[in-house]
Amino acid sequence: MSFLEYAPAPESRAILSLRDEYGLFIDGEFVDGRGTPFQSVSPASEERIATIANANAADVDDAVAAARRAHDRVWSRMTGRDRGKYLFRIARLVQERARELAVAESLDNGKPIKESRDVDVPLVAAWFFYYAGWADKLDYAGLGANPKALGVAAQVIPWNFPLLMLAWKIAPALAAGNTVVLKPAETTPLTALIFAEIVQQADLPQGVVNIITGAGDTGAALVGHDGVDKVAFTGSTAVGRAIAKQVAGTHKKVTLELGGKAANIVFDDAPIDQAVEGIVNGIFFNQGHVCCAGSRLLVQESIHDEVVERLKQRLSTLRLGDPLDKNTDIGAINSREQLERIRELSDAGVAEGAERWSAPCEIPENGFWYAPTIFTNVQTSNRIAREEIFGPVLSVLTFRTPQEAIAKANNTPYGLSAGIWTDKGSRILAVADQLRAGVVWANTFNRFDPSSPFGGYKESGYGREGGRHGLGAYLSPASVTSTGRGTPRAVEAAPAASADEKPAKRTRRPARPAKKGAAK
Amino acid sequence: MSGTSLVTARERALAVLGGEPDDATLRRYLHGIAGVDAVGLEQRAAGLGTRSIKTSSKKWALDRIISLVDLTTLEGADTPGKVRSLVAKAMNPDPADATTPRVAAVCVYGDMVPHAVDALGSVHGDPDDGLISVAAVATAFPSGRSSLEIKLADTAEAVANGADEIDMVIDRGAFLAGRYGLVFDQIAAVKEACRRPDGTSASLKVILETGELVTYDNVRRASWLSILAGGDFIKTSTGKVQPAATLPVTLLMLEVVRDWHLMTGQRIGVKPAGGIRASKDAIKYLVTVAETVGEEWLQPHLFRFGASSLLNDVLLQRQKMATGHYSGADYVTID
Repeated sequence: MSFLEYAPAPESRAILSLRDEYGLFIDGEFVDGRGTPFQSVSPASEERIATIANANAADVDDAVAAARRAHDRVWSRMTGRDRGKYLFRIARLVQERARELAVAESLDNGKPIKESRDVDVPLVAAWFFYYAGWADKLDYAGLGANPKALGVAAQVIPWNFPLLMLAWKIAPALAAGNTVVLKPAETTPLTALIFAEIVQQADLPQGVVNIITGAGDTGAALVGHDGVDKVAFTGSTAVGRAIAKQVAGTHKKVTLELGGKAANIVFDDAPIDQAVEGIVNGIFFNQGHVCCAGSRLLVQESIHDEVVERLKQRLSTLRLGDPLDKNTDIGAINSREQLERIRELSDAGVAEGAERWSAPCEIPENGFWYAPTIFTNVQTSNRIAREEIFGPVLSVLTFRTPQEAIAKANNTPYGLSAGIWTDKGSRILAVADQLRAGVVWANTFNRFDPSSPFGGYKESGYGREGGRHGLGAYLSPASVTSTGRGTPRAVEAAPAASADEKPAKRTRRPARPAKKGAAK
Repeated sequence: MSGTSLVTARERALAVLGGEPDDATLRRYLHGIAGVDAVGLEQRAAGLGTRSIKTSSKKWALDRIISLVDLTTLEGADTPGKVRSLVAKAMNPDPADATTPRVAAVCVYGDMVPHAVDALGSVHGDPDDGLISVAAVATAFPSGRSSLEIKLADTAEAVANGADEIDMVIDRGAFLAGRYGLVFDQIAAVKEACRRPDGTSASLKVILETGELVTYDNVRRASWLSILAGGDFIKTSTGKVQPAATLPVTLLMLEVVRDWHLMTGQRIGVKPAGGIRASKDAIKYLVTVAETVGEEWLQPHLFRFGASSLLNDVLLQRQKMATGHYSGADYVTID
């Protein structure tokens, strides 16, 4: 027997108690959708998981109206401290139901259980804990005292990190006092619907969180709805561009987190074993379905052969298969459509003269799979070096000097993330300073933290999520009258608190108006 | 069992280094090796630690752990009686289950070697033949603070008394002071002292005492140095300094061994020692070996656990797998 053929270690699905059909979650309840329902399938086996309701324009109206009511009557009037309590409660419920959420995520999305268990779900809880702490500290969000919530947020999220993207969107919005209507991706609605149950369990006031399911037309109806004050979207650049056009000229605020073609730059003095791990993590984490994936490896020419050789050896140890097996490293591609796109671009790579190498692994009969693949001899003009593949495919390019590395790294319409591998601290700082990417990792990759802002340059979108910046995206500064006299809302919400604050303000204020005056 | 012959080790070192193994040459070589990123190394080790080893894989792993154990007693209070008891446990770890494999070796202080050899009797021999080796710690173990003459005499005596394997300590003070040439020469000299009159040689395990080297860069350099100087095995710790064996340190040493094999074709062994007490942890080490250097390293000539209490935990797990329920500490014997 070979030890490395580890015996199957499947995570049990018994913890799930899925319904056969899911409705829309509007105003605190599950209701029927008025569009044609669709099926959610497991990408690893193509088996049906559940029937999912489809929201039409009338359903979107209902959801936005519910969110508006909840905002005006309850959520915006509640003290930050109380909003924080709800968010803490949600965070704890996510932790309590962590295993269930991880199994559901792997089932619906196809990602390995070790990732949903060790990365996605813990980060979801972390995001709610983090923004729960912000809810009563909005004065320190960088927008001056008493910033205001925007109102109703329309949030559309992708299928690569279904629950995590939900958390990135909902947690800051709620902390800031907004209410939300969220649409998960049509291929991965399951965890969002379980999250709706958590919202019920947390006793969140009705209508504060509404979750509607459907395809692109549902998303377009939501984003284009007149009752929406804020649009937050994560997904492809093409859709992001359409959304930007759709909301142009309206009062809606927008943040977009779009595609990427990140450069992972490996210098010849890099800690080589860890760099190889970082490259693997950069592009094969979540089957490469990561907008900030390190899909372009820029390796210094002097160590190119060694790095590629080590990379191939390492890839040969990756285990592709059942996402629910605890030893699986590479799960299923999320949909047939995505698999076709990966194949098409890979074939284009071969046609353009790049050399393709795929890890030797057995591909299961059913489901959508793509073996981890490396392209060498890639030129900057090749499609696989320019277009986002969004799959487990790495393009290897070389450079000779730091200047060349920076130039090549920046030579893309995207600018979401980048990686730098070197033992030299000063080089990390110098190179990072010149990279036009929203996130730069040094000697690591794909690390996320709720306190760290995340977002892109150029066609990777605008706005930041995470940290204080992510909170600011759901707030507007108080108008002059509201700081001076207090809005009816503020008076109603916490008259005692504002009275308490006054003496402190007097001692603190003098410096600020003076500064403002000087700036003008 | 016989280690690499000294002549080839020295010639190989000269070829690799491109010069005499003095401080300057060694420094150039060892400091030219790529550095180690601590965060990344520990992240990788933690990742390997999440492998889920169940059912048939677990059963195989438990038996394999036993056959890779250097059952150890290194106490000031050791007596011939204690050593006989240890040897009895090594030969027959679980008296209730005759299918239990034997351990690879017993590891004792130099003066206890004759008692171990005597107690083993006909079972004394190569673990590849299902027999049990005798390993002796030497060279002023655990501190190594003694003159080279005494270290060599210590080694020679243990070999003369029948030790098959010598676990030496490096001079950490010299290493940290950058006197790589001195450390190299001492290892080479101890290797020479491992030689028996018939031309064969005891296998040499070189203890780095990673808890005193502190940084991963130091561990990597010390690993290369020890292999260059002719060590057959590199071993993490004496067990007398904390932290002793850790998964990241062992992973790092395995990476050196893998790179050395790629470069020279020679297979070097790795022995984590100290602090591995639970089967669950030991299985993580097996996974790390298999996924770093390959499964063929999971044999007594290339991988060992330096441990004492680990064996009983493995036996308890083994009984649990056979009967379906946990027994208790009184269902395994103390040695």
